[in-house]
Amino acid sequence: MEFYIIYILVAVLLFGFLAGFTLFAVYAERKIAGFVQDRLGPMETGKFGSLQTIADILKLLQKEFISPAQADKILFAAAPVLVFVAVYLGFAAMPWGPDLIPAALNLGLFYIIAIISVEAIGVLMAGWGSNNKFALLGALRSVAQLVSYEIPAGLALISVVMITQTLDMQEVTLHQGILSDQRQLFLGLWDVQAIGGFLAWNVFQAPHLILAYVVYFIASLAECNRAPFDIPEAESELVSGYHTEYGGLRFAFFFLAEYCLMFLVSMIGVVLFLGGWNTPLPNIGAWKLAVWTTGMGWGIFWVLTKTLVIVGVQILIRWTLPRLRVDQLMSLCWKVLTPLAFLCMAISGIWRILVMA
Amino acid sequence: MSILSTIKMFKKTLHAFTTALKGLSLTFRHLFAARTARKELDIKQEDYFQLQEGVTTIQYPKQAIPIPEVARYQLDVEIDDCIVCDLCAKACPVDCISIESIKATEAIGKTSDGSVKRLYAANFEIDMAKCMYCGLCTVVCPTECITMTDKYDRSFPQLSELVYQFAEMSEAEIAEKRAALERAQAEKEAAKRKA
Repeated sequence: MEFYIIYILVAVLLFGFLAGFTLFAVYAERKIAGFVQDRLGPMETGKFGSLQTIADILKLLQKEFISPAQADKILFAAAPVLVFVAVYLGFAAMPWGPDLIPAALNLGLFYIIAIISVEAIGVLMAGWGSNNKFALLGALRSVAQLVSYEIPAGLALISVVMITQTLDMQEVTLHQGILSDQRQLFLGLWDVQAIGGFLAWNVFQAPHLILAYVVYFIASLAECNRAPFDIPEAESELVSGYHTEYGGLRFAFFFLAEYCLMFLVSMIGVVLFLGGWNTPLPNIGAWKLAVWTTGMGWGIFWVLTKTLVIVGVQILIRWTLPRLRVDQLMSLCWKVLTPLAFLCMAISGIWRILVMA
Repeated sequence: MSILSTIKMFKKTLHAFTTALKGLSLTFRHLFAARTARKELDIKQEDYFQLQEGVTTIQYPKQAIPIPEVARYQLDVEIDDCIVCDLCAKACPVDCISIESIKATEAIGKTSDGSVKRLYAANFEIDMAKCMYCGLCTVVCPTECITMTDKYDRSFPQLSELVYQFAEMSEAEIAEKRAALERAQAEKEAAKRKA
């Protein structure tokens, strides 16, 4: 009985965190957009506009549910829930600190990639159910994009898995810091098991993973439908893509899903490539920085900091780069990212045999 | 895929990355330049174009751009100085000024610059919705009672509220002055007939 309460508590805590993160991220997004364009962003609601997103969500909560007369009512109503749940369930296997993980699955990474893919169905349901040409076009583009970009993203992740030899997210993280009992080689040369810090991160254990991370990062931008890959929403062409017909709480769920997915893909990247909850500070002689900054609280702090930095980069990219055309998007995926990801995978195999053996 | 096209692809990819980084560094610089606001709001200052760094937003009701002294904004009439000559209404290209005058039986008084007032202003309205802010009315005014002020942000829920009323006479006063004028004219007429 007791563990059911813990299950529910964990779920509620995660949801609360994600809702809070979304409110913060939307505020950050608007502020960063403002600053990049030499504007101020929201300023009127609360000190420096800090209550703006709370006002926004209150407005969305009060709105009426409107569904178009010709819409497929069931698909239309189910889509936002499905999209959010798919992303939300992904967090079940994400490690937050040493021994702090909602579900320590030994197929963790596989499960996360699989559950994120369900989002494509939700998006298609939204586009089809709305019975609106813009929504359908947006959904078509979105699904094409999601399905295509899963390949370079997946291959980039596989090249990490080939190095770590495990799909368990907690194990992957453990292998990148001082708590591990395995040998860790910085650039495949220097044993840094006792030194830890950023030297033991996967991207530095096997330097070709930097390229894999870049490929994964670009693909993850596309998977979140973020600019410069936001053609599913392309407001100048498609009104707002697959969620054109949505308003109120249903729209809020799409928004929530989008920002949660941003956090999730950033966190996957952080866990697999950038050491997860491991500290970036190495032990230097008598200064046991890595030892001092490892632990439960520190773990949560580090993984949150790293993920938020990556989310910040995603936001900055959105307000820097122009949107890609559909054909450019596909040729980038299939002609550039996929070959590069395959290359990383091949190097991973060679690395595993020649360097780590 | 031949080697040549592979090299070409890598070159293109590299180019894409370098240009993306260039753009990102530009936006990143602006992100941090946003810590300060634009230092100079007045375009008349010498160094206005050198002080363009930082946030350009002007939080209007709290902050405003300085306006020139000769700025042409909303009209105002000092009705005590008005001799109701109707020149402004005649000069107006869009006919936004409407004046109705009543002749006084004798000189009413003097304006602040010494002109003698011989007409009552029964009605003096300016429709600011029609006004095109040319300032011609202020040029022709002999007593300089109609002027352009520095007010520019007056907005109203009703279009009719943009018709500014400057005449200060009440209905009773107008009727009284009309009656006085009629009486004087009748007397004059009678005097003429007698003669």
